[in-house]
Amino acid sequence: MSLTTAQSREPLNRTPLGGVPLGRKAPGRAPMSRTTSTRIGDWLVFVLLSAGAVVMIAPLVWMFSTSLKTKNEVFALPPVWIPEVPQWDTYVRMWQDSNILTGFQNSFIVAASVTLLGMVTCSMAAFAIAKMRLPFRNLIFIGMLTGIMIPYPTLMIPQFVMFSRIGWVDTLLPLIVPAIFGNILVIFFLRQYLENVPNSIIEAAKIDGANFWQVFWRLIFPIIRPAVAAQFILWFMMVWNDYLAPILYLNTPERQTLQVVIANMNVQYATQRDYPLIMAASFVALLPILAVFLIFQRQIIESVALTGTKG
Amino acid sequence: MAGSTSRLHRSEHRWALAFVAAPVIGYLLFTLYPVGFAVYASLTNWNGLGVMRFVGLENYVRLVSDKNFLESLYNTFFYMIGIPIGLAVSLALAVAMNRKIVGLTAFRTIYYVPVISSLAAIAILWQWAYNGDFGLVNQALALVGIDGPNWLASTFWAKPAIILMAIWKGLGFSMILYLAAIQSVPRSLYEAAQLDGANGWQRFRTITLPMVRPVTFFLVVTNVIAGAQLFTEINIMTPTGGPEYSTASAVWHIWRQAFKYQQMGYATAMAIVLGLLILVVTLIQFRLNRRNSFVID
Repeated sequence: MSLTTAQSREPLNRTPLGGVPLGRKAPGRAPMSRTTSTRIGDWLVFVLLSAGAVVMIAPLVWMFSTSLKTKNEVFALPPVWIPEVPQWDTYVRMWQDSNILTGFQNSFIVAASVTLLGMVTCSMAAFAIAKMRLPFRNLIFIGMLTGIMIPYPTLMIPQFVMFSRIGWVDTLLPLIVPAIFGNILVIFFLRQYLENVPNSIIEAAKIDGANFWQVFWRLIFPIIRPAVAAQFILWFMMVWNDYLAPILYLNTPERQTLQVVIANMNVQYATQRDYPLIMAASFVALLPILAVFLIFQRQIIESVALTGTKG
Repeated sequence: MAGSTSRLHRSEHRWALAFVAAPVIGYLLFTLYPVGFAVYASLTNWNGLGVMRFVGLENYVRLVSDKNFLESLYNTFFYMIGIPIGLAVSLALAVAMNRKIVGLTAFRTIYYVPVISSLAAIAILWQWAYNGDFGLVNQALALVGIDGPNWLASTFWAKPAIILMAIWKGLGFSMILYLAAIQSVPRSLYEAAQLDGANGWQRFRTITLPMVRPVTFFLVVTNVIAGAQLFTEINIMTPTGGPEYSTASAVWHIWRQAFKYQQMGYATAMAIVLGLLILVVTLIQFRLNRRNSFVID
């Protein structure tokens, strides 16, 4: 179909479905008509992307709008889209009636200690694996890489038993301690980044009498800082949003992380049909990461693209 | 001279060992040891606290005829229907975003917001959005005259509802990777194809699609691995495993057996089977990928 229409028409009028605006680079081939068709295509794409964007963002807007409704408005038919009097009081009630505050604290303790300490172990290991002489270096690295083939659900029961035997259940330690020993994917990514660092500068530093800790801390770490920052943010988000491990270990409401707190509120308040409160809590739980994302969106998206294409 | 270099090397070895010590110890302690322990535990009848009574392969024999486990495996496979759909949509989005149009950064950001959002919060939101009478989804469908079902209470619609949500949440991630891949395709390929008279669809099929193949492979592999471990959505949106167990995923089933019914030995056996299934499927994918690359070369 598309073949015959393309052949019957003048080649100049073809709309580039492939999406690459090639017309601009082809002068002398009736640039006017190409630009016009490109522009029509651009408008079509813009309209479609806008419709898609509404689908992507509408549930989140609706979440926020529900959090400001009265209980009657939540169950009104036809639906109320914008609450008549925004019930900001729900957000006050939420801090008082729930464990959202301790949830925030616990999530922050876990995510911050995992990423801060974990990044140090990961960058040191990446440096050793990429740049230092070590017998069986590649064997060690590949051995650890096989670890990512084992999914967490297979490990969760033995790990749980290990930690329960040393009395760590209902503490944040099982969520923090294994992670600060390092994350092999982060090590992998930092190692890739270090491949581009010339060995000569390390040799030069050694000749100047620096020991390896000094080489790492004064020379290597500043060089890999952009990669470390990118992995830091991605890892922080991952830990912050984790749900399975926290529900295994944390029973006492005041000791639970934010994700567990909102999930339990969802069960507790749904029976009272208090959806505004549930939506308010869930919305607030999204905010910190959303704020970080909006501030660093370019760097985050770029490092995601890089991680994916290197992987 | 030779002696001093080797002494230097030995000192370097010690430093390097110290630098990799933490992840190596972590690997032995939190991956290798638990795996060994899991293999043993899967051969026992054990409630997690008391004595581990060795029962041989009894747990493995039992799970083959465990209707709920098989159901949960079936559901887990069923959810993967969402993977090709999600990839197709995100590739289309990436192609669309490769144009020079206004608001590109805004679009990119908006499509990515669900990716960074907490899965627990998103699952809570969608559980409410799928409410039959007052949910956003049916309200939107009502605008175009469709009377939507009570999604999560229906044995037929509950799984598609979860698939739809997962696609919505993951779209931005695949789109970003595809966009990066498309942007790294050399312009000259498209220009040459155009000179040869290839139309847009032909250029897409013969240039874009093969050039983004590594990304497609990466996304299929990681999505299958992640899809096989679906848990959060299921536990939050359908806390009882859905009507007639129709939404229960394998990990959810394992978690319930282990932590609600204290059948630790049996649950471990199921977890090992799941881990092996993931491993085999991943290896098959790598195999197929290598063979297909040969054909293209």
